[in-house]
Amino acid sequence: MTTSATEPTTTGAGTGPILEVTDLKTHFETARGIVRAVDGVTFSLDRGKTLGVVGESGSGKTVLSRSIMGLLPKRGTIREGSVRFDGVEIGDLSAKEMRSYWGARLAMIFQDPMTSLNPVMKIGKQITESIRQHLDVDRKYANELAENLLRSVRIPEPEQRLKEYPHQLSGGMRQRVCIAVALACGPALLFADEPTTALDVTVQAQVLDLMATQQRERFMAVVLITHDLGVVAGRADEIAVMYAGRIVEKAPTSVLFSDMKMPYTEALLSSIPKLEHASHTRLATIPGRPPNLVNPPKGCKFAPRCAYAQDRCLEEEPPLLPGTQPGHEFRCWFPVGTPEGAEALARNRATAAAATTATTTGEPPAVLGGTT
Amino acid sequence: MPEQPTDDMPVVGPEGHRDLDRYAEDSLQSGLAVAQGSLFFSAVEVGGEGSRHKGKGLGLGAWLAIGWLTFIVLVSVLAQLGVLPLKSPTESFAECARLGPFAQEGTAPGHLLGCDSNGRDMIARLAYGGWSSLVVATGAVLFGLVFGGILGLLAGFFGGKVDTVLTSLFNVFLAIPAVVLALALVAFLQGASAAGGGGDTVDPKILLIIAIGIVSVPLLGRITRASALTWSQREFVLAARAQGAKPGRIMISEVLPNVLPAMMSIALLAVAIAIVAEGTLSILGVGVKPPTPSWGNIIGLDRGRIKESPHIIFLPALLIFFTVLSLNFLGDVVRARLDVRESAV
Repeated sequence: MTTSATEPTTTGAGTGPILEVTDLKTHFETARGIVRAVDGVTFSLDRGKTLGVVGESGSGKTVLSRSIMGLLPKRGTIREGSVRFDGVEIGDLSAKEMRSYWGARLAMIFQDPMTSLNPVMKIGKQITESIRQHLDVDRKYANELAENLLRSVRIPEPEQRLKEYPHQLSGGMRQRVCIAVALACGPALLFADEPTTALDVTVQAQVLDLMATQQRERFMAVVLITHDLGVVAGRADEIAVMYAGRIVEKAPTSVLFSDMKMPYTEALLSSIPKLEHASHTRLATIPGRPPNLVNPPKGCKFAPRCAYAQDRCLEEEPPLLPGTQPGHEFRCWFPVGTPEGAEALARNRATAAAATTATTTGEPPAVLGGTT
Repeated sequence: MPEQPTDDMPVVGPEGHRDLDRYAEDSLQSGLAVAQGSLFFSAVEVGGEGSRHKGKGLGLGAWLAIGWLTFIVLVSVLAQLGVLPLKSPTESFAECARLGPFAQEGTAPGHLLGCDSNGRDMIARLAYGGWSSLVVATGAVLFGLVFGGILGLLAGFFGGKVDTVLTSLFNVFLAIPAVVLALALVAFLQGASAAGGGGDTVDPKILLIIAIGIVSVPLLGRITRASALTWSQREFVLAARAQGAKPGRIMISEVLPNVLPAMMSIALLAVAIAIVAEGTLSILGVGVKPPTPSWGNIIGLDRGRIKESPHIIFLPALLIFFTVLSLNFLGDVVRARLDVRESAV
């Protein structure tokens, strides 16, 4: 085989991180202005490790993964920064050049297995297509590979399934097929974009366990994207919390859960229902909505929704500050669990209480005037 | 209150075009609703249980349509093969001229449906004429499907400049009245074939197929484009890209199979339109060349005798009517069925 296109297989030589993203920006030109979907993201991922990317809808998780993969349409997309995969800069490669990476070394699993499989193509063909594209094998061997893949993702009667169409399978089975498709050529890095969001809770754990097994067996790095901290809690080596196109906190998983500094992370975690809560406890929510990505607010992007926010937060954007433990970074002027943070929270609560008493006692006429 | 653009307002993008295409497709088909209604009505009268099988089977209406089309195709093909015991479509029986079931002067003995103004047997002319009409119509639609399909697929799949150029081209062609365009094309092609081939060597049916085919290209192209556009934005297309599939391959093996059903259902409607178009061109005198009959030129030749011998005009018109009706109805059934399939997936 000629190695001009697949050169990176040898150059990386298995040392250093598999993926290094430096100050990646991805902006979209729209009729409303420039949407800063990803705005300066930096991280690196070691071989065989898992990075969990957590954030609510619209925080730029999906765009981040597609931007790293180079899958976004060229038209109307502004992409800056560096993406190094296995020691090779892939950030500025053309789609044609990327094709030797896609599927072969970089693969992706999508959120909804209902829509990420072609409804009119047999399962077998969907798997063998990329095998035959990237590996120089004949149809028969590709079919055997596909059958083995289906067996390895624990689909019963694989030889039967190869001849079936996606609508003949259940949601969990379909996502297993998607995983099989993604794993077909043995990628070194797998992006899983909310792989369990469209699935039943009972199937979610199975699919995640399956992915973990495959990852271990193949020594594959995984970027696991989710809005659910519970999904990444036990599975990611490191977690990056995204908000408004930026990483606002990044730490090894155990550190993040024990020593979180960013109020947003805290708010995300407290919005998960817990077993020890009494029944019918009101679930904590984060007030407001993610900011407008066309004209993001000055200062900290989370400040308008933050319980800790002070005047400084609205004026100055905090940089990524190192935490006390290695690998921990966060963007906050008044971090959770510090004296400054506690003081800020207390001050906000006091003013909020004062405001409520003010409105209940003295304000009614003004409110009445406002409604007429 | 003036409308201020807000965050929630959708950005008007390619979706806008898509809606327009949907609209175009719907309005194309809604014109048939009345015709279908009457067919259903008659179906209920004849069969007693008409539309009850809507869920599972095809329904009696569809079966009647299929039956009629099979009958027409069979008779045309068998007549052309010389299997049917028909009189010659070009042989004149002078004593029977203009006589027929509805003619003022009385009926023609030995000719069930009478004869035309030259005394040629109407049954034979209708049977042989059906062949001409069907060949021209299906040929033209195949032509349109191949070229319109390719162009529409390219436009819908690649989008951007390709789409802009091709869609503008379709729009320009659609802006020219279809009959005028077809007339001009036939005239041009006749001139070209006469100049190039020397004489009348090219079958006028082929000229008609090309002319009507070209007219149908933008119609079929737009439908294909609309469908290709929606399918190209599906996640499995992105998934295929993420697996390293080449764009051409994605277009052919991922998008095309999904677009085909829409093309097929519109093709049935297009055949119906093409049959009428062939008739129109024949009436205008540029269709299939007499004495070879086609449904259109049977009407065209004797259009002056509608008063004394209405059967010459009405019999081919009825055949066109029922054939077009059946095709439209079937096209709609196919479309409805495919919609069901799509929503179930």
